[in-house]
Amino acid sequence: MIIHSIFFYFFSVIAIFSSLMVITSRSTINSVFFLILDFISVGCLFIMVGAEFLGMILLIVYVGAVAVLFLFVVMMLNVAEQKQSWFIGKKSTHIPTGLIVSVLILLELLVVVGGWKYKDDVMSSNTLLLSDISNTHQLGLVMYTEYILYFQLAGIVLLLAMIGAILLTFRERVGVKKQSYFNQISRNPSNAVELIDVKSNQGIKIDD
Amino acid sequence: MIEIGLGHYLSLGAIIFFLGVIGIFLNRKNVIVILMSIELILLAVNINLISFSIFSGDIIGQIFTMLILTVAAAEAAIGLAIIVVYYRNRGSIRVEDIHGMKG
Repeated sequence: MIIHSIFFYFFSVIAIFSSLMVITSRSTINSVFFLILDFISVGCLFIMVGAEFLGMILLIVYVGAVAVLFLFVVMMLNVAEQKQSWFIGKKSTHIPTGLIVSVLILLELLVVVGGWKYKDDVMSSNTLLLSDISNTHQLGLVMYTEYILYFQLAGIVLLLAMIGAILLTFRERVGVKKQSYFNQISRNPSNAVELIDVKSNQGIKIDD
Repeated sequence: MIEIGLGHYLSLGAIIFFLGVIGIFLNRKNVIVILMSIELILLAVNINLISFSIFSGDIIGQIFTMLILTVAAAEAAIGLAIIVVYYRNRGSIRVEDIHGMKG
């Protein structure tokens, strides 16, 4: 149990520090790296508390795909030299309001967490689910039977996101030659071949 | 203090949620950091759902966490695509330069 608390404090301190660095670091690329560190430490927390499958999903899908997508976009857009300018520059009236709202949200959440009356068996981690089937097995037993509709809907959401991202970023480039099967197979000799009488000692001028 | 309970995980989720919200408000840099703050907020929600799921012995919370992960991935993809298109049209994604709707 002491090991559990040591690892909890270790990973949560890293998670809080890295999420603080995400919002305060000077360049965008550093923010993305700290976001990756945040995902990794929270994924380790998930694995430690017993949700192994989601911890590994967070490590593989989030760090491997989403954070790398952020890295790609930061690399593509060349925003690395845009320095952060907090509290300087033009007047910004939304920062004090934002600070007040954020601190109020934190206080409300902490009041809710601190004043919560837990059931006794919910309170401690002694009641962690220790059954003989693994976490992934349990998830699969429920997800593919009772929640199959939501599973399919999640797949549709991902498909729509993919289609939307491709449609948004697709652009027709000029000057790029493409192959058109319809035009190829619908050519006939009457409009594809031109017979020219070439006089001797004279070239022909091909107009294009 | 030594015994790690549900409250510890909920406090961690609350702090990360707070940092995400404050990142949205305080950001003066570019829109990508706002998207990263939204990712932090969704991560805090996932921490809450998973800790409740584990400490009350119910697997349903992890199913919902998986659906939230799906929606977050889709949101990141669409948001980054919009940012790429905006940068292509305007040449800047600074927050101060985005005032086309005079909001």
